[in-house]
Amino acid sequence: MTKRGLIQELLLRQPGISYRDSESLVSVMFEAMTRELVTGSRIELRGFGSFGVKQRRARLARNPKTGATVQVAARRTPFFRAGKELRVKLNGPSTGEGGSSV
Amino acid sequence: MTKSDLVEVIYERVGLSRKEAAQAVDNVLEIIKDTLRRGEKVKISGFGTFVVSRKRARRGRNPQTGTPLIIDSRCVLSFKASDILKERLCG
Repeated sequence: MTKRGLIQELLLRQPGISYRDSESLVSVMFEAMTRELVTGSRIELRGFGSFGVKQRRARLARNPKTGATVQVAARRTPFFRAGKELRVKLNGPSTGEGGSSV
Repeated sequence: MTKSDLVEVIYERVGLSRKEAAQAVDNVLEIIKDTLRRGEKVKISGFGTFVVSRKRARRGRNPQTGTPLIIDSRCVLSFKASDILKERLCG
């Protein structure tokens, strides 16, 4: 599913809104989330999960093809962690807990 | 940022009432969840991709007690940020 599919499915579930609104809602939503991450803040969406930014230090790495050592600059990278509800939901209604003893 | 902050931003920029905006945000998240549950991936261009992958059962240990146990096969969700998003975080 892509953004387009999301827009169409939203219209089916919420017939009161126009195609244009559905379209701008989806783009504004992810744009707002992107901007929030750019400021370095966390996003917590109940029942879904949370997004955040991690700081990575500068490091020396190698180009796997040539073996040459390259300096990788420090950078920020986004991460996502699924919420508990979603993690459970993905595993179907029957399985919940992590394991059984031997 | 919480869901209500997100709804507020949308309310200010899209011609929907607060109630409609709140409902729509919930709906979008539900659609993503339902799609992932079917095992299908969700790709939001400029933001990232959510993919569900299936993990096989494996032998593990309770790290606290050291008791061996079998970790059942399960599905895990991963998010791969788009290059555009990564670029914007570094800019």
